[in-house]
Amino acid sequence: MAEPVANAAAPAPAPGRLRNAFGGVLCAFTLILIGVLAFSIRLFSVIKYESVIHEFDPYFNFRVTQFLSKNGIYEFWNWFDDRTWYPLGRVIGGTVYPGLTLTAGSIWWFVNALNIPLSVETVCVFTAPIFSAIASWATYLLTKEAKGTGAGLMAAAILAMVPSYISRSVAGSYDNEAVAIFALVFTFYLYVKTLNTGSLFYATLNALSYFYMVCSWGGYTFIINLIPMHVLLCIVTGRYSSRLYIAYAPLVILGTLLAALVPVVGFNAVLTSEHFASFLVFIILHVVAFVYYIKGLLTPRLFKMAMTLVITVGLAVCFAVVAILVALVASSPTKGWSGRSLSLLDPTYASKYIPIIASVSEHQPPTWPSYFMDINVLAFLVPAGIISCFLPLSDASSFMVLYLVTAVYFSGVMVRLMLVLAPAACILSGIALSSAFDVLTRSMKFQLSKLFDDGPAISGNGSPNGSSASTVNTSSSKNEKTEKSEAAPKEKQSKKNRRKDKEVTESVSVKPKKEKRLSVLPLEASIVSTLLLIALGGFYVVHCVWAAAEAYSAPSIVLTSRSREGLHVFDDFREAYAWLSHNTDVDDKVASWWDYGYQTTAMANRTVIVDNNTWNNTHIATVGTAMSSPEKAAWEIFDSLDVKYVLVVFGGLVGYPSDDINKFLWMVRIGGGEFPHIKEPDYLRDGQYRVDAQATPTMLNCLMYKLCYYRFVETDGKGFDRVRGYEIGKKHFKLTHFEEVFTTHHWMVRIYKLKPQKNRIRGKLKKLKSQSSKTSSTLAAGRKKNPWQ
Amino acid sequence: AAQAAEDGIRVLSAEKRIDLTGPIVKVFLTLKVQNTATGADASHVLIAFTPAEADHLAIVKATRAEGKRKKKTYIPLPVSPADPATAAPNGARLYSISLPTPLKPTDTTTVEVFYVLTHSLEPFPAEITQSESQLVYYRDSAVLLSPYHVQEQGTYVKTPSSRVESFTRVDPTSRSGPDVKYGAYGNQLPYAYSPIILHYENNHAFAVVEELVRKVEISHWGNVQVTEHYKLKHGGAKHKGVFSRLEYQARQSISGASSFKNLLARLPPRVHSVYYRDEIGNISSSHLRSDSYKSELEIEPRYPLFGGWHCTFTIGYGMPLQDFLFESADGRRFANLTFGCPLLNTVVDNLTIKVVLPEGSKSPQAVVPFETEQHLETSYSYLDVVGRTTVVIKKKNVVGEHNVPFQVFWKVFLVLGFVAPVSYLTIV
Repeated sequence: MAEPVANAAAPAPAPGRLRNAFGGVLCAFTLILIGVLAFSIRLFSVIKYESVIHEFDPYFNFRVTQFLSKNGIYEFWNWFDDRTWYPLGRVIGGTVYPGLTLTAGSIWWFVNALNIPLSVETVCVFTAPIFSAIASWATYLLTKEAKGTGAGLMAAAILAMVPSYISRSVAGSYDNEAVAIFALVFTFYLYVKTLNTGSLFYATLNALSYFYMVCSWGGYTFIINLIPMHVLLCIVTGRYSSRLYIAYAPLVILGTLLAALVPVVGFNAVLTSEHFASFLVFIILHVVAFVYYIKGLLTPRLFKMAMTLVITVGLAVCFAVVAILVALVASSPTKGWSGRSLSLLDPTYASKYIPIIASVSEHQPPTWPSYFMDINVLAFLVPAGIISCFLPLSDASSFMVLYLVTAVYFSGVMVRLMLVLAPAACILSGIALSSAFDVLTRSMKFQLSKLFDDGPAISGNGSPNGSSASTVNTSSSKNEKTEKSEAAPKEKQSKKNRRKDKEVTESVSVKPKKEKRLSVLPLEASIVSTLLLIALGGFYVVHCVWAAAEAYSAPSIVLTSRSREGLHVFDDFREAYAWLSHNTDVDDKVASWWDYGYQTTAMANRTVIVDNNTWNNTHIATVGTAMSSPEKAAWEIFDSLDVKYVLVVFGGLVGYPSDDINKFLWMVRIGGGEFPHIKEPDYLRDGQYRVDAQATPTMLNCLMYKLCYYRFVETDGKGFDRVRGYEIGKKHFKLTHFEEVFTTHHWMVRIYKLKPQKNRIRGKLKKLKSQSSKTSSTLAAGRKKNPWQ
Repeated sequence: AAQAAEDGIRVLSAEKRIDLTGPIVKVFLTLKVQNTATGADASHVLIAFTPAEADHLAIVKATRAEGKRKKKTYIPLPVSPADPATAAPNGARLYSISLPTPLKPTDTTTVEVFYVLTHSLEPFPAEITQSESQLVYYRDSAVLLSPYHVQEQGTYVKTPSSRVESFTRVDPTSRSGPDVKYGAYGNQLPYAYSPIILHYENNHAFAVVEELVRKVEISHWGNVQVTEHYKLKHGGAKHKGVFSRLEYQARQSISGASSFKNLLARLPPRVHSVYYRDEIGNISSSHLRSDSYKSELEIEPRYPLFGGWHCTFTIGYGMPLQDFLFESADGRRFANLTFGCPLLNTVVDNLTIKVVLPEGSKSPQAVVPFETEQHLETSYSYLDVVGRTTVVIKKKNVVGEHNVPFQVFWKVFLVLGFVAPVSYLTIV
């Protein structure tokens, strides 16, 4: 852990240089270890399972990366994918956040340029762990800007193993979030760094980092709303400075220009409501800057007069502009917000209007246990961190608090956004732990030295600690000095902004005096609480390792269960995909619920009707309708889509709970949303969803039920469904328009083929037969010419 | 020369034993030949195949028995396709067996020929359902096809089960259980041919490796890494209609009788780090058993293979270098590797073996005991600068009898061998 370093960073002034150097080396070494920790804790999935891409979205990213590495960047931008959303297709280059794929693609390219024969898959599997190590270093930088090295190391160590982040970045979880969290934290770091230094260099880097974030993840809107909020907060609390201007203005201009370069964002960067806050704050910032400028020019009296004048005129103009904007925005149906953003602002929005967003489990609001699961003890440390941020409140620490507060709100709306909360929680917990250790060890040191002074130290040994008159004042002044000496190189760095820097150092150095004078605790109490804190940290580590090893490492395409006979592997998904890819025609279309779309295109290389990129609700509703229709109607829908195979996931035999029967109600809802003849109540008996003898006839006759339970009763004679825990309603039935072509070993994936339409003209059948027999006989005659037969 | 031989040699007695028990047809031919002509020594004995047979001929081996009874020793004889200029009626192809000691006039000798035919069993019906068993046609001749006069001859056919649907009768013909006997026939003219057709049940695994690429990477640091990419197909009667997992699991004996779900690969002893995967990840169903003579890897494809179904997979393993690397008398190194395919009872349509020599190897040379197509490549791996010389050996129609040792020779330049480690160090 990082606490020894946190203490080592408070050196004595005289041998300071050596100790600083030692501290620096130790700090670098600790950072490397944190990186190794962050990387290796995410390898449980590879060790326990295998080096394979996980879940659903990563398969799409993997497929895109494969395409990129094979065809190059220009082909990638122009890629129109005809293997998905048949018959519509999808423009991949223009609808995908390219950051992750470009990153992994360049890593692959670089590694192969060195003749290291790593496959694209290997690179993709390990991208997430690599970037989590980098993200923990970025966290160190960010926290260091706010609260110094000790807190930085602490926060980095905590982030390296926070379960919430691990859940999205284990090896194989090749998703946008893996690189986006790094980009998020690093953008925040550069913003805070610019805010602290007022350097245009960092401001430019900040815009670039923001660009990378825009490339990587749709969550970039969080940045472009949080930073304006912080700027506004600074202005409101009277913390405006030219550093703030430099930190914000270039980011908006450069950042927006760069964001518009990303095809998937494009003109959305200036057109959608998600970005308006930043422009509004941009204007406010300029007004404020102008006001401050005028204030500098005019005498206070003149300034007051000018103010009243400007405010009246300005307010009128503002109202007019705002009114126009509101009118413009209100004229669009979604008020200019995308569905996902709206569901963030109004948590009930999705469940009311967009079942497709609500149907995704990671879009549900989290439960309390999931907070404990995902951030564990951090949930308790965070409030302490907030308090610590207010002692003293700087621009940086106020940013941290704001980040945390907004992230807590968003995580409360969607489980998925717990990931955004994780870095904030880590930073604040790092700050809390670090300042707690700071206080405790200092008071221990102080109390110990007092003890020694009272006892044997009377003989007057000249140890650097003991010799000083052990009052709180001197020790704090000593600390003050070191802080000043630490701040010195900063001053050198930006000579242009020396004046502002002085403001910072002053504001920093005045307040610690107060704080440190207060914070001396009794020796016993500090020892006990140190031990308790270490125990808390230990508990956190144990929990994280457990979460990484047990909870978040399963790749979900291969399942295992431990029984008395040993480990049992359920590899049914890949069995089915491999079968499809080798034993069906390359251009066959496979219909399944959209969850399996990405996997089917990536693993089976077959055209799918819908996939996890849920961009066309009607198309998904069509598939949902087909699944919830009777056999004949479903056959017609599928036939009109050129579907040849239908794939369903069925867990009833082995008890795999997330199968299509459990997802079925969403198919009905989404289908019914577009095609009103599908009505949800038809599938429910007294408002209850069931497939046993009580189930409604509509339910028992729909395609999904039939495809899942076809000949299921013959396995045990009763048709006992192990997921639902009862016997199924309709046991013996035949399929007339579909035929079973493949079922996996544990029946988890069942593939059916659409039967061809029956030949209507019966009379011709005989003729055809006689003709074919003729041809065969002529063939035989032809053969006789061959002397070898 | 051929004309002379035709005039001179007579087959006193011939016995043809056809083994139809597996997916591959194996034929044992015992020929007792006599040189009757006066004046000319015969140094070759010719055997004839129909064009179809010649196309499917994987390997022909001939031996000559020397000595009597218990002291009998078999001397392998070289076999090569005869001069194409040699005219044979109806496009029959001739292979010539060279005798080490020419056959003097009126001398007799016994030559034993063994040959293997692949893809010679035609499934009929060509498509079967899951519950049917697989029936195949085998076509051959009741009398021996030979460029010589045959005085006495018999043909014995062995099928896997007593279920023989039909067989052509060329009297005298008799059948007892799985065995069908044709002959004996006397005094047949050269190129006599009497077509027979057998229709019988054969539910053996018709495993056909359509393409196999074996990459053998030899590292002077102590390891031989083998990576084998398989493209496997069930070459039997095509599966028709429904595949019911229920039937397959509940009634294993009758359902999908001709399908197969596992294969056995025989690997060298002391293999390590064996893996079995395909392009979408590890395949968990495999078992490795090893003892000091061999390692046996039992693999199950992801799904049982029915007729016409395909699958692809990759097997990889490492082997200790000292088991394979030797130094020849002229100072060159050579690796003694095994040709062919480690999977038992399979036919490989296209085999490519790539032997990747260590970086800095010069003048490579592959010595294979039969005809192959060879060329050189350069491949790059871990931080190579000049690349590794790769010997590429290609052969079509490979069967288990091709699993014999072959050698690859090369010269070592030690300096170049250290380029990669040095570049590692510079990068680290």
